[in-house]
Amino acid sequence: MTLGFTLAYLTLIVLIPLAGLVWRSASLGWGGMWHVATDPRTLNALKISFGTSLVAALINVVFGVIVAWVLVRYRFPGRRIIDAIVDLPFALPTAVAGIALTALYSKNGWIGRWLDPLGIKVAFTPVGITIALIFIGLPFVVRTVQPVMEEIRKEVEEAAATLGATRFQTITRVLLPGLTPAILTGFALAFARAVGEYGSVIFIAGNLPYISEIAPLLIVIRLEEFDYTGATAIAAIMLIISFTMLFVINLIQAWSRRRYGYAT
Amino acid sequence: MKHSRITLSLAAALFAATVSFQSLSAAQADTTLLNVSYDPTRELYKDYNAAFAAKWKADTGETLTIQTSHGGSGAQARSVIDGLDADVVTLALESDISAIVKATKKINPDWRTKYPHNSAPYTSTIVFLVRKGNPKGIKDWGDLVKDGVEVITPNPKTSGGARWNYLAAWAWAYGQYGGDEAKIKDYISNLFQHVPVLDSGARGSTTTFAQRELGDVLLAWENEAYLASDEFGADKFDIIVPPQSILAEPPVAVVDGNVDAKGTRKVAEAYLQYLYSAEGQTIAAKHFYRPSDPKLVPADLLKKLPELKLVTIDDPIFGGWAKAQPYHFGDGGTFDQIYKPKK
Repeated sequence: MTLGFTLAYLTLIVLIPLAGLVWRSASLGWGGMWHVATDPRTLNALKISFGTSLVAALINVVFGVIVAWVLVRYRFPGRRIIDAIVDLPFALPTAVAGIALTALYSKNGWIGRWLDPLGIKVAFTPVGITIALIFIGLPFVVRTVQPVMEEIRKEVEEAAATLGATRFQTITRVLLPGLTPAILTGFALAFARAVGEYGSVIFIAGNLPYISEIAPLLIVIRLEEFDYTGATAIAAIMLIISFTMLFVINLIQAWSRRRYGYAT
Repeated sequence: MKHSRITLSLAAALFAATVSFQSLSAAQADTTLLNVSYDPTRELYKDYNAAFAAKWKADTGETLTIQTSHGGSGAQARSVIDGLDADVVTLALESDISAIVKATKKINPDWRTKYPHNSAPYTSTIVFLVRKGNPKGIKDWGDLVKDGVEVITPNPKTSGGARWNYLAAWAWAYGQYGGDEAKIKDYISNLFQHVPVLDSGARGSTTTFAQRELGDVLLAWENEAYLASDEFGADKFDIIVPPQSILAEPPVAVVDGNVDAKGTRKVAEAYLQYLYSAEGQTIAAKHFYRPSDPKLVPADLLKKLPELKLVTIDDPIFGGWAKAQPYHFGDGGTFDQIYKPKK
C-alpha cells in the first residue's frame, strides 16, 4: 500500500509535469530538437549555466564541508545562531537574495566599490552568477554532510593518531572516505539546484547574450515570444543533461559506498 | 478496505471545500472586475479604479470591486491565454493582445476598432533619463553611441518597454541613414555595444540606473522617467526629450469570452470607455501618460509632456506590429542578428 501511495504521489507531483514537458517538446521532432540544441546561443547559455553551477557546487563542497566540520566539532559562543544562519538561503526568496547581492557587488556597493578600482567586476558578469549560485547552494552541502559528521566519534580520530597517522592522513584516509557519499549527495543537490536557478541570478547576471545569459533566461525569452515548444525544448535538453550528471554522481556514490563500506 | 475509506473521506472533504469556495465566489461575482495590465500602470490604475468604482456606484448603485494584476506584458498575456479570468486587458503591446486573440479566440479579432484611437486611450513615448546636468551632453539618439557613453535599457526579448526603445532607435537611424538597412543595423549593433546590462524588465533597468548608478543614460517610458525622478529625487536626474521618438500605444480590450461567461460585459465595456472621458484622460495625464484627447485635460498637466516628432508602429518603416514583432524580436530577428558573434 505504501508503495502504491508513493508511486501515485510521485506520478502526480513529478512524473506528470515532466511527461508534459517531454510531450510538448516531442512535437518538435529530433531534427527540431537538434536545431535548438546546437544553436550557438543555446550552447553558450547551457555552457554558462552548467559551468557556473559546477564551479559554485565545487566551491560549496570545499567550504560547506569546512563549515559543517566547525559546527559539529567546535563549541563557541553563537554557534547555534550561525547554525541557523546556514539555512537562510533556503528561506530567503531568491529574488531578494539576487537584489541584495547585486546591491553589494555593483560598483557602488559595499563590496563592489573596493573591487572596482582593482579592475575586478563581479556584478553583471559570470563571476556574479557564480556568487549567487554559491549563496543558494551552501545549505545543501552543509545540511547533508553535517548529520554524517555527527556520527563520526572523536575516538576514531584519536585512534588514528595513536596508530601514527598524521593530521593529513587522518583526514584523507579516515574521515573523508566515510563522508564521501554524503559530500557527493550535497554536491549533486547544490549543483542541480544551481542549474535551474532563475530568481537570484537574473538580477546579478547582466543577461548579455553569449556573455552572461543563463539557459533559464533563454526559456523565459522563448515564452515571451509565445514559443512554448521552443521553451520546452531547451528545458528538455537541460533535463537530459542534469539527469545524466545526477545519474553518474549516483553511480560514483554507489561505488564509493561499496569501496569504503556503509558509512552513511 | 481501510485504504478506500480514507480516500472516500478525503474526496468528500475536497468536494465540500470546492463547493463552499464556489458559493463564496458566486456571491461576489456580479460586482468584481479583473483588469490584467502591465508593470508601469500600477499607479495609474490604482487612481483610475477608485474613480471608476465611485462613478459606477453613483450611476447604478452597484458596489464594484476592481482588481488589477500587474507584471511583464508578455507574461500577463500568457496568463490570460492559460486561463486567467480577466474581464479586460490593458497591455503594453498590440502584439500581446493579438497573441491572446490567436491562441484562445477569447477576444474578437476586430478589437482594435472597438474604441477610438486604435483602442489606445493614452499613449506614451520613449525619452532619455540622464544624470543631473547631463555631463555627457546627450541630446539625440546619435549621442548614445559616442565613446564612453553607457546606455541602460532592458532586454527587448523580455520587456515590452525595451521593444519600444529598440524601435525608437531604429526609427531615428532610418531617417538618419535614408533607410539603408545595413547602416541602421550597424547603428543598432553599436548602440547595444554600449549596453552593459540587459535587465529583464523596465523596472529592473530603472533600478540599475538609479540605484546601482550604472550607465549615463536610461532609455525609459516617459511616465517611468518622471516616476524615477520623483522617487529618487529630481536633483539627481534630468529628463531629456529627443527631437524624435516613437508613439507607443498601449492598447486595451474587453476579453469577450470571459465577460460573456461571467456576465460582466456591460461593466467591462463601461470601464474601458470611461478611460476616454475627461476624468479618465486627466488621471492618465497626471501619471504622465499622453492623453489621446488632450482637449479634455487641463492645460497645466500637458506642460510636462512636450511636443516632439513621433513615429508610429504603423509607419511604413515598421509596417505594424504583426510585421515588426517577428522581424525584429522573433527568433533570429534583427535583435538576435546584432548579437551574433562575428565569424
